Amino acid sequence: MKVLLRNPRREIEVSGAMQVSTLLARLDINRESVLVIRDGTLVAGDGWLGEGDDVEIRPVISGGS
Amino acid sequence: MRCRVCRQPAVIDIRRHNANFCTEHFLKLCRDQVAKAIGEFDMIDPSDRVLVAVSGGKDSLALWDLLLDLGYQVDGLYLGLGIGDYSHASRDHARAFAQQRQAKLVEVDLPTDYGYDIPTGAKAARRVPCSACGLSKRHLFDRAALEGGYDVVATGHNLDDEAAVLFGNVLRWHTEYLGRQLPVLPAANGFPRKVKPLVRLGEREMAAYCVMRGIDYIVEECPMAVGNKHLGYKDALNAIEVTSPGSKHDFYFGFLSRAAERFRSQATAEQAELHPCPSCGAPTTADTCAFCRLVVRAGGQAPVPVQLSTGPR
Repeated sequence: MKVLLRNPRREIEVSGAMQVSTLLARLDINRESVLVIRDGTLVAGDGWLGEGDDVEIRPVISGGS
Repeated sequence: MRCRVCRQPAVIDIRRHNANFCTEHFLKLCRDQVAKAIGEFDMIDPSDRVLVAVSGGKDSLALWDLLLDLGYQVDGLYLGLGIGDYSHASRDHARAFAQQRQAKLVEVDLPTDYGYDIPTGAKAARRVPCSACGLSKRHLFDRAALEGGYDVVATGHNLDDEAAVLFGNVLRWHTEYLGRQLPVLPAANGFPRKVKPLVRLGEREMAAYCVMRGIDYIVEECPMAVGNKHLGYKDALNAIEVTSPGSKHDFYFGFLSRAAERFRSQATAEQAELHPCPSCGAPTTADTCAFCRLVVRAGGQAPVPVQLSTGPR
């Protein structure tokens, strides 16, 4: 699957179908700090991502105070 | 995962509530939490005119959307900070939302109206960019609210923001800041009332709210905020939250219920020293207010490129 990451914006390829929680663990990303989006829709932690999916891992942390 | 309310497939889990939600019931949860915060802390009266400080980011646009849906009279205020392409994109998101919701957006532009941008102002005043930005925002939001006849300024500070600020203030025992770190600051001494209706919602929830509502916000981080202390505090708190869900909520709301009052006198003492700035009339404890000093120092300075102002802070 193609995975879009942000800050900085880049795209990586991850092989195999897997659950969202597995993808985040594999990329060492804290689940509290991101949303996972496929086709404009959120995918929950136990949701499955397919081999051919386009997925965005969107950070939710803002730096302003 | 199933929605806690309707048992349909869930799209988001909120671990501090130990619950999952479908789109419909998550959006209802957000509205309910904002209504609860407004009621619990007596933030906004239905007759009030509200000015929402809008950055084009997820929190401020979600807040504007939620307050409109809850029936409040709300206009937006966008402040152009002159941070290169980032500011242009932010402004476009704010304008697009206002047009989509047919809401009024007031715009103030630092370079056009005050002769400086944040990179240049920060260097001239020898402040870190986030400090110059925060100072400019607070001053101009207050001024716009008072001049526009608004009863209250609403900002998009969420639970994560407040917990991170609290964390930083406790780490360094900034007791005067702790004394005024409240979800409502009443109108007093030339300041308008300020409220934070998102304090019961985390920033992951605000981003999810925007995705579900189709709100197109600016996802990229401000280039000048990269590496700032506030982000470091958030990382630290999120590392705790993973193993102990609800920690951020308990930290912040525990402070409000059990500790904030102990620091009130520090903030009150500072308030007693306020007097009008001779230049602009805004309340200050100094001879001239910090904003007017910033404008004077930044005026006529050579513009500083955005990328030269970033770095550790």
